[in-house]
Amino acid sequence: MADLATDAIEVREGVDRETVETVQNMGSYKYGWDTEIEMEYAPKGINEDIVRLISEKNEEPEWMLEWRLAAFRRWQTMTEPRWALLTYPEIDYQDQYYYARPKSMEVKPKSLDEVDPKLLATYEKLGIPLKEQMILAGVERGEDAGEERRVAVDAVFDSVSVGTTFKDELAKAGVIFCSISEAIREHPELVRKYLGSVVPQSDNFFATLNSAVFSDGSFVYVPPGVKCPMELSTYFRINAENTGQFERTLIICDKGAYVSYLEGCTAPKRDIAQLHAAVVEIVILEDAEVKYSTVQNWFPGDEEGKGGIYNFVTKRADCREARAKVMWTQVETGSAITWKYPSCILRGDDLSGEFYSIAIANNMQQADTGTKMIHLGKNSRSRIVSKGISAGKAQNTYRGLVTMHPRATNSRNYTQCDSLLIGDQCGAHTVPYIEVKNNSSRVEHEATTSKVDDDQLFYCRARGVGEEEAVALVVNGFCRDVLQALPMEFAMEAQSLVAISLEGSVG
Amino acid sequence: MMADLAIRESQAQAKPAAGDALTQRLAVLPHPASGITAAARQDALARLEKMGLPGRRDEYWRFTNPGVFNDPVPAPIPVQTDANDSPLFEDIDRLRLVFVDGRFDAAASDALTGEGFQIDLLSAAEATASHWAGEVYGVLEANGQTPVSRPFAALNTFAATEGVLIRVSGQVARPVHIIHRRRSDAADVNLHHVLLLEEGSEFTLLETGMIGARSNIVIEADLRAGARLHHITAKLASHPKVGIGHIFARVAAKAQFKSFELSVNGRMMRHESVVDIAGDDAVAHVAAAVLGNTADGPFHHDNTVFITHAGERCESRQVYKKVLSDGAVGVFQGKILVKPGAQKTDGYQISQSLLLDGDSQFLAKPELEIYADDVKCSHGSTTGAIDETALFYLRSRGVPRERATVLLVLSFLAAALDEVENADLRERIAERLEEWLMHRAQNDRTQNPPA
Repeated sequence: MADLATDAIEVREGVDRETVETVQNMGSYKYGWDTEIEMEYAPKGINEDIVRLISEKNEEPEWMLEWRLAAFRRWQTMTEPRWALLTYPEIDYQDQYYYARPKSMEVKPKSLDEVDPKLLATYEKLGIPLKEQMILAGVERGEDAGEERRVAVDAVFDSVSVGTTFKDELAKAGVIFCSISEAIREHPELVRKYLGSVVPQSDNFFATLNSAVFSDGSFVYVPPGVKCPMELSTYFRINAENTGQFERTLIICDKGAYVSYLEGCTAPKRDIAQLHAAVVEIVILEDAEVKYSTVQNWFPGDEEGKGGIYNFVTKRADCREARAKVMWTQVETGSAITWKYPSCILRGDDLSGEFYSIAIANNMQQADTGTKMIHLGKNSRSRIVSKGISAGKAQNTYRGLVTMHPRATNSRNYTQCDSLLIGDQCGAHTVPYIEVKNNSSRVEHEATTSKVDDDQLFYCRARGVGEEEAVALVVNGFCRDVLQALPMEFAMEAQSLVAISLEGSVG
Repeated sequence: MMADLAIRESQAQAKPAAGDALTQRLAVLPHPASGITAAARQDALARLEKMGLPGRRDEYWRFTNPGVFNDPVPAPIPVQTDANDSPLFEDIDRLRLVFVDGRFDAAASDALTGEGFQIDLLSAAEATASHWAGEVYGVLEANGQTPVSRPFAALNTFAATEGVLIRVSGQVARPVHIIHRRRSDAADVNLHHVLLLEEGSEFTLLETGMIGARSNIVIEADLRAGARLHHITAKLASHPKVGIGHIFARVAAKAQFKSFELSVNGRMMRHESVVDIAGDDAVAHVAAAVLGNTADGPFHHDNTVFITHAGERCESRQVYKKVLSDGAVGVFQGKILVKPGAQKTDGYQISQSLLLDGDSQFLAKPELEIYADDVKCSHGSTTGAIDETALFYLRSRGVPRERATVLLVLSFLAAALDEVENADLRERIAERLEEWLMHRAQNDRTQNPPA
């Protein structure tokens, strides 16, 4: 399709190639291009030497290497879980590169100015502001108009972090925001204390693999009483072929602190499926609050289901002390396979855990995603709002767990899972587990499955709205509860993503 | 009529490892060796050997430990009478079939004849050269083994020693009532009933009473086009029963299948309803009202439901209500599977529990798996304590606390009872339930007088 289009469009003088590409990419996966850049790979496959190599490349201390090796040894005894409603060919874990970094990153650049311009251009093209003066344009804060909204970004390219913006300004506030490899070197006491304390090395097959081979990721520490002066963001880009990305994110929000964290991801279009197994750990102490928002837009594979990212992610927040709050918001539009259950451990008392999710699966995509709300402390509240949309031949599953332990008295959970089906070839499934072990807690769960309402479509069509646009409008309405929970610029991106992801699903 | 068929102690056949749970289970399991069901029984054994017995790590047994069903012999439970168990459906016209420890008691039962249906005992039919049930026995159970295996149903098909075979051709108003009684402490009962409802026929099956120290009951119900089956189980006797039951129903076009269970107490109970809505415009309703406290020892009650929609414009309803106290555990696993092409499906499922005190647990897994787009499917699940405002309202109007609690429990269970279509039967059940609740409330007061 794309080739045909290139032939058809005659590039006139003054029109740059990028404009042509942008036009061509409209209505399909926008981020499917790759960056031609010289890469350095570790040998294919996984063994103890690879683990040692990754550790060495990151200049890690001995304890970190031991930690990785312990995870690797454990991983070898584990089997891949197959309980999710996902069908995919067996993954050959020896046929992957576990480490790839741009050659220019061999010598760590001291500042963004030293970073390879090709890399910076990649992020620019993706719309990610790495230069600090470049601030997300067009979005202004409602109240204090004029003051531009600023977001600090940590950009991860394949296995390494390219750079982190606004570091100095954040440091002034006492916030540490850097790549995890840097944190292991610069803040070993924090990393040692918290790494693996939420998602232990042996947690599950994919988390254990990640523990052994994670190459980079982001690290955030917000000290007591500090409201992080800007939103923090990590942008993950898989570029290299046959390369798995295994990033690890660790966020620690100390007593009374607040941080809002955004995560985005894309990858080039490739015929061969690529593996992505990430771990995100969040530690939240007394009175602290973390908002974690994700727009996951990995390459979903083509219409026949060729290629795409296999996304196996373990995300967990541990509200350790009283009155801590966590809010997960996710918009899952990409990936061929999504296996992801961002969870909340509500350990202290008077906590709040929230999970808002939109999962869209089109063509041959398969998503099995949901959350766990584990109530251990008293008087906590949790809320789950999940909106699943299936189109084409896709399968979309909500899988969740709500558990009220005997001592988690006076707690409350409300769960709402709605599924929308577009076309008669797709599937929408709901698999909630509800375990209530005390009677002063209230747990409510409701789920519905329906198709796009013909009356609503007709209403739009009668007013001259095109069919695809009408579907996008109805679907956006269906997702409203979740879109409202997103930070503003993410919400806008998500809305247009919803429309793009569903293109070609009607008619 | 007592079945004196050749029942032999089946010796362990060639099995994998010695000491294997299934080998031990089969070693002491008596089962008929020959007859019209011989082939079906051998097939069931082959299925069972392939599946093996479930363990604690089986996902389908996440909330219920299958241990007591795996044990080669059940722990004896002393036969006792429950002062609070007055007979139900006593004064209505019905055909009574009395089973004592799983054996048919001809003297206590009515004659096996009726207008519009043919009824036989499994043991008697097996001795004949040919019987319609020979074609049907074990078929729906075998179909119900995918996508989830149900080893104890296969075990039952293999080893059932008795059952009733009913073939319905007309609109039968007079219900058949199976009454269970206990005489020995250690009876391990395996019963397998087969119901075949011909086109346009209608039938009501009632079940009451106490069964053995352990029971394994399978009902296969094949509803042909336009047939209507009402199945009502009411177990109001408090005894620490251990039992597993399966009902496999195949519902053809325009047919209606309705099953209701009322159950109180029981140490370890699991009831699986596997309903295959095969034709168009068919209806299937399954419901249960379950009450458990631990006055008679531990209580664990599991309802597992699997409804498959293959036809168009069909309706299914699951209504499950559990009232739990004193450490009782209630389990609900319910699934609606809508196959590709089963358009205009209306699937509804509600599971609710009322936890009367802080020790009880409700564990639920309400599932939807949907492969058709023009459907309306929903499920809801709630758990909570009794509504203090409602309780206060009643008390402020002079209703004593126990009475007020009974009223609120009854209103909580009402939606499940409403699934009993016949108003006469429904009222009888509701009356008995209220008596039972009041009786228990008074017992509670004498045992734990208010401070």
